[in-house]
Amino acid sequence: MNHPLPPETSDRPLAPGQRLAPSARATLSPGCVREIQALATKYPDKLAATLPALYLAQADLGFAGLEAMKEVARVLEIPEGHVFGVATFYTMFHQKPVGKFHLQVCTNLCCALRGGAQLFEKLCARLAVTPGEVSPDGMWSVEEVECLGSCGTGPCLQVNHEVYDEFLDTAKLDAVISACRQGNVPVWGK
Amino acid sequence: MGQIRTKPDSQIYTFEGFGTDKFPNFMLRGAGNLRNWHIHNYEQRHEGYEALKKALKMEPASVTGEVKASGLRGRGGAGFPTGLKWTFMPKDTDERKHTRYVVCNADEGEPGTFKDRAIMEYNPHQLIEGMIIAAWAMQCSLGFIYIRGEFKWLVDKLDAAIQEARDAGYLGKNILGTGWDFDLLTYRGAGAYICGEETALLNSLEGRRGEPRVKPPFPATKGAFGQPTTVNNVETLASVPVILRIGGAAYAAIGTPNNTGTRIFGVSGHVKRPGLYELPLGTPMDFLVNDLAGGCNSGRKIKAIIPGGCSSPMLDEKDFDCPMDFDAMKARGTMAGSGGVIVMDENVCIVEAVLRLTRFYAHESCGQCTPCREGCNWLEMVLHRIEHGAGKPGDLELIASLTPRINMRTLCPLGDAACGPIDSALEKFRHEFEHHIEHKTCFVKGAKLTSAMGVH
Ligand SMILES: Cc1cc2nc3c(=O)[nH]c(=O)nc-3n(C[C@H](O)[C@H](O)[C@H](O)COP(=O)(O)O)c2cc1C
Ligand code: SF4
Ligand code: FES
Repeated sequence: MNHPLPPETSDRPLAPGQRLAPSARATLSPGCVREIQALATKYPDKLAATLPALYLAQADLGFAGLEAMKEVARVLEIPEGHVFGVATFYTMFHQKPVGKFHLQVCTNLCCALRGGAQLFEKLCARLAVTPGEVSPDGMWSVEEVECLGSCGTGPCLQVNHEVYDEFLDTAKLDAVISACRQGNVPVWGK
Repeated sequence: MGQIRTKPDSQIYTFEGFGTDKFPNFMLRGAGNLRNWHIHNYEQRHEGYEALKKALKMEPASVTGEVKASGLRGRGGAGFPTGLKWTFMPKDTDERKHTRYVVCNADEGEPGTFKDRAIMEYNPHQLIEGMIIAAWAMQCSLGFIYIRGEFKWLVDKLDAAIQEARDAGYLGKNILGTGWDFDLLTYRGAGAYICGEETALLNSLEGRRGEPRVKPPFPATKGAFGQPTTVNNVETLASVPVILRIGGAAYAAIGTPNNTGTRIFGVSGHVKRPGLYELPLGTPMDFLVNDLAGGCNSGRKIKAIIPGGCSSPMLDEKDFDCPMDFDAMKARGTMAGSGGVIVMDENVCIVEAVLRLTRFYAHESCGQCTPCREGCNWLEMVLHRIEHGAGKPGDLELIASLTPRINMRTLCPLGDAACGPIDSALEKFRHEFEHHIEHKTCFVKGAKLTSAMGVH
């Protein structure tokens, strides 16, 4: 497929006025490139490798910024515009850096009925962060998310896209925070 | 290989009498035991892969016939007869050989629904076996399990289970000596509710944005990668081995006519024992909520129940006795949907609950068609101002004029889903909305349902 638009260049932001946070590196690690190349033949069509490749690039570079998107397009040899469109459609690709521990709390109805909204406020206060920001020490970021499929055991919290902490209350919240502080939870991307 | 879930699971899966003839346990065998998922447990303790061996000795068409005879209806939401759906797949002709795919919808994004997760956690082989049987019936060459991105540990678990099945000869080349090849791949989504809609799921599976497709062509004609495809829910596919094992007629004898078999109901919200309860279809809702889940946890009266995931219109007191099957729910103006029962007590502000749900739909709308993209945001805005004491007289009429312009006018059912909660709440709890507009405050004094941070 021929892309009708000229390829994006690195000095042109994704959308007018919106500049994405720069990544520390402009290229993926060789290991990550190899993994992405292996994905290209896994599915009936190599375009299908876009999502898994973005996950790998996100883990490699820390977040799915412009560099990650461009690298995925380059390695898979698919249009950059396609990768940009996909990366910005899905909420699990983060276009800006997150903390070492990215905490997501479900505040959809079932969890809210059991106090999810209050727990999220408490979490923000405890860590002194606001959603969409990373704490100054780079440790924490928080996000309010939609149903995590844990409605019966809500409220529910997910750290770094790993297994859930369920039936959350103030005590559990503290336990999760101190587990992160003590290094008992894998940090983001590991 | 990533880490397989190690945290204990505090979910409730059983109740007194579960596993007897009256309440058969088909879907939740061994649930709660984190080692149950291995193939040897499935084969030795749960009659695993017997159904597959039986199916592979049958003609593909008679496997579909057995599923048809069982009366199984899709557990993903719409309740479409599964056997019938399978017959839509084109057959090979002399001129044209098809590459067919079977896809399992494990997106489980509907708020209130948490059943598929339990099947994948404890009985992944039951799903795998169901998919192999489905693939045999439709003569598919490849299957995909599309799992929501948040369930990363389940992707790892399914990958491990698929490998076990491959090693045992149930997947791969020349399965059990039949000369038939079939394999399974998992695919991890990335956090978009709309990818649960089957055509959006197919787009996402192809590595695109998860935007629903215009139908027709239906997936059976042109699905994943342009090939004929059937999409089924996890629970639907996991029911197939049961049907083959006990026989279609025996399965059809469970439940009510036209609504056969068992399904997993998830109870959440204001109940004493939220959890997953597998029951024959047609079981009354108050039995589930009061007897099994223990009734309201706050001791207050239950005000409203959403019976089938948050997209289904809510019910008030007079309908709490509704039998939980597709037809009875429809007759009461709601949907059996995905089987997620959300219970709300008297202290819940219905306006705020509806606002929270509408915010969800506005956030998850893929933005492809105008009624949904614009309409959901408008609804959220109007509800927001009502909830926050800035409602104007005439706002309810405004809402009532908006929903018919969204309902049934969108490309996919997400638009209709967004209207269900609002329309039903306005019909049944109109006084709460009026109270809000008139007195600029809540009708009740429950805890807030939306956080002050409130940004996505
Ligand atoms: C907005 C939307 C979200 C949906 N989400 C899911 C889902 O998470 N899981 C699911 O199995 N079906 C979901 N469905 C239903 C699917 O489109 C489809 O009907 C189902 O996968 C068919 O499987 P079944 O015949 O086994 O029920 C959703 C539908 C819509 C419109
Ligand atoms: S109804 Fe909403 S989610 Fe569905 S296609 Fe239209 S905009 Fe997208
Ligand atoms: S509503 Fe919170 S997990 Fe479903």
